[in-house]
Order: sequence, then C-alpha cells, then structure tokens
Amino acid sequence: MQPADLPQAKVSIQDLSLQYADGTESLRGISFDIPANQITVLFGPAGGGKSTLLRCLNRLNDLTEVKKLDGKILIEGENILDPKTDVIALRRRVGMVFARPVVLPFSIRSNLTYGLELAGERRKSRLTEAVERSLSQAALWEEVKDRLDDPAIALSGGQQQRLCLARVLALQPAIILLDEPTSGLDPISTGKVEASLQELKKTYTVVLVPHSVQQAARTADFAAFFLQGELVEYAHGEEAFTNPKDQRTEDYVTGRFG
Amino acid sequence: MKRFFSIDRDIVQRLGFSFLTIMAVVTVVPIISVVIYIIVQGGPAVSWEFISAMPHDGMRAGGILPAIIGTIYLTIGTAVFSVPLGIAAAIYLSEYAPDNRLTQLIRVAIINLAGIPSVVYGLFGLGLFVLFLKFGTSILAASLTLSIMTLPVIISASEEALRSVPQPFRTVSISLGGTRWQTIRRIVLPEALPGILTGVILGLERAAGETAPILFTGAAFFLPRLPGSVFDATMALPYHLFVISTQVPEMPIQIQYGTALVLIVFVLGMNIIATVVRSRARAKRQW
Repeated sequence: MQPADLPQAKVSIQDLSLQYADGTESLRGISFDIPANQITVLFGPAGGGKSTLLRCLNRLNDLTEVKKLDGKILIEGENILDPKTDVIALRRRVGMVFARPVVLPFSIRSNLTYGLELAGERRKSRLTEAVERSLSQAALWEEVKDRLDDPAIALSGGQQQRLCLARVLALQPAIILLDEPTSGLDPISTGKVEASLQELKKTYTVVLVPHSVQQAARTADFAAFFLQGELVEYAHGEEAFTNPKDQRTEDYVTGRFG
Repeated sequence: MKRFFSIDRDIVQRLGFSFLTIMAVVTVVPIISVVIYIIVQGGPAVSWEFISAMPHDGMRAGGILPAIIGTIYLTIGTAVFSVPLGIAAAIYLSEYAPDNRLTQLIRVAIINLAGIPSVVYGLFGLGLFVLFLKFGTSILAASLTLSIMTLPVIISASEEALRSVPQPFRTVSISLGGTRWQTIRRIVLPEALPGILTGVILGLERAAGETAPILFTGAAFFLPRLPGSVFDATMALPYHLFVISTQVPEMPIQIQYGTALVLIVFVLGMNIIATVVRSRARAKRQW
C-alpha cells in the first residue's frame, strides 16, 4: 500500500510489529518506504504509534522496555534492528528533534559541538565550521552569531527548538526525525521551522510527526496515516488530505474525530 | 454572622502561625546556646599555642596539635576510601542498575547501614580491620571503619543528586550518538556535582566528629609525637575531648571547652562550605 510513483526509498520498513512491556503503544505489521529527499509525514490521533515508529528509526526505543519487536527496518539496505547494528553510528546518521526543546546545560556553541565531540572530533576548524553551517541551516545564525558563548537556556522557546534542530544538523545526518517539533512554539517560530524543513529536504531525508492535521497538510510530500498501531493509508501529501481513499483517513482529516 | 466567622478564622489562623513561629524559634535556641556557651567557655583557652603546640603536663597544659592533625588525617583517610566508592555505587544505582530484587536489596541495605549505631561500627572495625586484617590500632583501621559508616550518607546523597538531573538530558545525549558513560561523564555528573559534594562533606563532617568508631580502631589516649604512618595510632579531637573530660583528674575546664570549640569550628566549617556549595549551584542551575 504505497504510492506507485514513490521516489527512491531511503528507508524501507518491512512488517514491523512492536509492543511495549507496559502495554501503552504498539505497532502492528507496518510496511512502507520512506523516500529520500522528501518530507514524509506520519500523522494520526495520539497513541497511533507515530512516535514509536520514529524512535525505532534511530533505536531510541532501546531505552524503553519492549516486549516484542519483529520485522525489519532497512536503511540503505541495512537492517538496523539487527542486534549487531552499531547504534552509536546509527544515531549519528539518523538525528532526532523532540517535541519539547531540550537544550543541554552548556553554551549555544557547546550544544552544537556536543555530538561531534562525542564522535571524537577535536579539530577546532571543523567544530567552528559545523557551528556556523548548522545554525544557518536552522535559520538561527543571524540571531545568535554574536553570543555563541551565552548559555543556551537564555534563548527563547522557538530559538531553543531551532538550536535543537541545528544540533542534529551539526552531525550531518542522512535522515532527520522530528517528533512534533513545533508543538510548544508560536506561529512565527513554527513558520520558521517549517521553512527550514523545505530547505533541508534538498539535502536530507525528513520524517515529521506534525502537531496538527494542518501542519501535516502544509508540509507533507508523502503522508502516512496511523491509527491504533496500524498504517491505514500512505499517499502523496496532497492526495491524502484532499482525496483520501480510506474512510477513516477522510474522517480524520475532515475533523470528524481525533 | 458571616462576618463573625471570618474574624474568628482570622484569629485562629494568626494564633496558628504564631504557634508555628514560636516552635521554629524554639528549635534553634538549643543549637545557638550550645555554640555560644562553648565560645564563651572555651574562647579564652584558644590561642596560637593551643592549636600549634604539643600537650604537656599530662595534657593539662600546652596545645592540642596532635588531636587536630589526627582528625585531619582521619578525615582525609575516610575521604580516600568512601568518596570514590560511594560515588561509584551511586552512579551504578542511579544510572545503570536495573530495577530488580538485587538493587532493591542494595538500597534497603544502604538505608539500614545508616541506622546502625556508631559504636557497633567501632566494634566491627576492631574485629575486621584491627584484628583479622592485622592493621592494628591505626589510622588505616580507623579510616576504614569511618568510611563504612560514611558510605550510606555519601551514596544516598549522591544518588539523589544524580536522579535529580532531568531525564531528557540523557535521552538527548544518547540520541546524538553518546554512549551511556559519555552521557554520565559530560552531562549527568557535572550537573549532579554540587549535590554530590554536599553529601560528601556532610558525610565526612559526621566522620570527623565521631568518637565511638575510632575508640577501638585507631584513637590513642596520648602520644608524645605525631603519627608517622597510616599504621600508627593517632589522637583525635572527639576522643581527646572525651579523654580530658572524663579520664584526666584536675583537668583545667578551659582546655576542655577550648578543645570542644576547635572541634565545632572544624565541623561547622565543613558544614558552611557544604551550604555555600549548594546555594551557589542552585543559583547557577539552569533548569
């Protein structure tokens, strides 16, 4: 069940099932491809499994106790659910931006260089270059270039979230996961983040869990509708919102539930 | 009618607050009195000679240098053993330990260790360190005994401090490709450090002021010279105070209170450092 003319897949999810030990959320038999250099939106009501799927893509689900995990997630052909996967390397390749901006208790600059330093990068020129590049990509450079050594917590909420995005970009990942990144932001900051995503998809593969149907419709190149752990519909962005095939998708996008 | 009740409630509330205020003040009175009393009684005895000279005339004159040095040695010795062990245990419990029977048992054990009377530690130290391991009555045996007594305090305080570091910091660090240890070393430990330091100082301060655990394990009644190695026994302030107050006839009372004053300054000094560290960190905290 996916659009016939899907561009080349970056990620291929094959029959993925997951159950948390505490029984909260689960995924049942999910299969679909995430195309490279597009914004793929995972949307649907809360508890549908969107965040869970996102956390599987960089194995952050390892931090939660999982009762059952079946299926495959292939990233460029490699099954990342394989126990032998180097998860550290994987997480550098698949970055994640969380719903609430969490800046680390360092300066703005150190927030950005943190991931690179963990990876062993010590060359000052590389770090400096990464700071400027990532801040520019996240549309934050102009606002903070004169105070890179100030504590990051002094930034506004919207700036903090863009810093979190920049922090991920500093590692130059292949894939960027965003879990309701604008849920706590004002409309102007939300607009800036959405605009950055349109730029970023030229270089990166973007997977977004939006915080509203409207945001889903605004940003999606491709859209996957999740309901109670199942993938109900997967289509071109426009099609999913204007001409959904499944009745449940239509009910949701027209606001009949959710 | 309504108005009557509201006045009534107001009075009751005021009475209640006054009562609580008085109670709060009452609790402070004994502490202040003790400190003032000891300063008044012991102050005149304290001089440069008192803290820098050896005692003579059967400890009835001269200074208390060996007791001061001994307490410093014992405090350092206790820190050497209990601080690394305690912090390591706290990191394990807070960051690595799964929530199972074993770790629950460890936690219960730590809480109960803190409740054991200090004289029991003294007896245990005598059996294990002095006799079985043949360290003799020594700074080493006494430091180890004090360490065991101090460990629960350091572990509990450190674990608390580590747990109070927000969970999202860890998640973010892991998601950026950090290992667990990198996350602990670069984020969790630095953020928890002030809390850990406070716990360490409070634990060591208790060790510095204790008599019972060193009674059988390392304390000497009187030594004409300073200890030369960790296998020597040592004089120590709390034990010296006990000795000169009960075991030496015709002891000048100023020397007793002078010794008490030096001990209190030592212990309160550590307490003040802990308080300053904590309040500075709290002012700096960004979350």
